[in-house]
Amino acid sequence: MKVLIDHISKVYIDRRGESTEALRDIHFAIEENEFVVVVGPSGCGKSTLLNIIAGLLSSSSGQVIFEGTQTDSRPHTAVVFQDFALFPWRTVLKNIVYGLEERGVKWQEQVEIAKRYITLVGLQGFENKYPHQLSGGMKQRVSIARALANDPLLLLMDEPFSALDAQTRTLMQYELSRIWEETHKSLLYITHNIQEAVFLGDRVVVLSRRPGRILDIIKIELPRPRGEHLTLEKRYLEYVDAIWGHIKKEAKEAMEETG
Amino acid sequence: MIGEVDQPRVEKAIVQDKTHFLQMKEHPWLSIASFIAILLLWEWVSQMAWVPPLFLPAPSSILSEGWTMLKTGIIFKHIFSSLTRILWGFVIACSLGVMVGILIGFFSIPEAVGNPIIAATFPIPKIAILPLLILWLGIGEASKVAVIALGVFFPMVINVYTGVKNVDPLLIKAALSLGSNRARIIRKVILPSILPMIFAGMKLGIGIALLLVVAAEMVAADAGIGFMILTAADLMQTKKLMVGLIILSLLGIFFNWLFQKLERFFVPWKQ
Ligand SMILES: Nc1ncnc2c1ncn2[C@@H]1O[C@H](COP(=O)(O)OP(=O)(O)OP(=O)(O)O)[C@@H](O)[C@H]1O
Ligand SMILES: [Mg+2]
Repeated sequence: MKVLIDHISKVYIDRRGESTEALRDIHFAIEENEFVVVVGPSGCGKSTLLNIIAGLLSSSSGQVIFEGTQTDSRPHTAVVFQDFALFPWRTVLKNIVYGLEERGVKWQEQVEIAKRYITLVGLQGFENKYPHQLSGGMKQRVSIARALANDPLLLLMDEPFSALDAQTRTLMQYELSRIWEETHKSLLYITHNIQEAVFLGDRVVVLSRRPGRILDIIKIELPRPRGEHLTLEKRYLEYVDAIWGHIKKEAKEAMEETG
Repeated sequence: MIGEVDQPRVEKAIVQDKTHFLQMKEHPWLSIASFIAILLLWEWVSQMAWVPPLFLPAPSSILSEGWTMLKTGIIFKHIFSSLTRILWGFVIACSLGVMVGILIGFFSIPEAVGNPIIAATFPIPKIAILPLLILWLGIGEASKVAVIALGVFFPMVINVYTGVKNVDPLLIKAALSLGSNRARIIRKVILPSILPMIFAGMKLGIGIALLLVVAAEMVAADAGIGFMILTAADLMQTKKLMVGLIILSLLGIFFNWLFQKLERFFVPWKQ
């Protein structure tokens, strides 16, 4: 399996006919079992790209192609949204089985699968709680479990931890790293946080400011499992520095343009 | 005094909670006591015969009138007639209101067709349509049920429409990304999202239903609380009339309580 993001461009046209160019000629591939991170300054079109890949938005040109999936009946994608997007009227368990329900999986099996992912994200004992009874970090765990339970070919995450406080965010990064090392899902992760990008990814796609173009694609050759110790290592810091070098220029230009 | 030390005077300002008047205290006993006090005052005024009983019968005499009506069972006939009309009108209006509201909220063609029709018919006081309904449907039950249904339909359809328009688009996206089709989006996302709005519509609707059932029964009926009140007034039976008003008050309170309970049961995710 391989997902090809084939020369995607996107121009938004609003009601008054004014156009905003969000993405320009984005072209890269996500390999099987690969953790790809897209990093770029705010407003550069990251969410736009993710929505196009998820089939929740049409591109202006170019296409997203899933290769080698003829024999696979699994859903193409599942999304973990920044704002959790949990169904408030469903308990944790019922949220997690939503995708399985839609695919007609038997109830007994739904529960078995859900229990497995509840354990994986560490939410045992909260199966019958409603989302409003959970903390932000727990909600995001439910959202991750819901996406994983749906067993997609490609997991998509749009700044999943940016609504969390700094400490919870760091812990969730370790957690996600662990979960990914256990499941090895093909994953596209979007963030504007460079440290996060280097810590999590196998490859980092660096986008320019709007209209988003690919500035560089950097392979992160850091050993796994990755843990807290990594953030002190020289190579980690070099990667962070290299990406910051790209983005700093962009961010400065953007600031000078608006200010 | 010896030994008294002259302390330097320090200006002190202790911070007060400026919001404390917002925390309204509950006075359950006062509610009950004042209610009883008003009843007693009323009873006293009537007993002293300062106001003729034809205008203001004593609470005790209204109660005993109500008791006789209960014993003879005559009261049940009226309550039953009115409740049946309300129930039919209400059920028809709620189901139609929810369906139409979702339809015009979710699909563009029904919205384009339905919106102007609703905007044009909504402002007409429904009781003004009753003569037309009697012309079409006759003087029997159908026209009364229809006028109640019309009255309840509008707040319901408008509430549901607003609810559908305000469904979090992110939840729809989430459901789509988890494999829902359009029909399932309506059943599994839209419907639960708008449940609180449906209950709000029902609470608005029951008030309107009570108003319209009484009005319709005053125009043409041979049973019902509205009919009972009107005939009592014609015959100067003020006590009987008052019993009718009390029943209407109790019905209103009962339905509000019922909808509150139903909402708690069906919308457990809202604290
Ligand atoms: N529906 C829309 N109509 C018009 N312009 C839009 C629309 N959605 C997004 N845009 C514009 O497209 C650009 C990219 O938006 P997008 O949300 O993809 O950015 P982002 O990289 O995800 O930003 P952030 O880091 O703040 O989440 C922005 O300039 C935004 O103003
Ligand atoms: Mg975004």
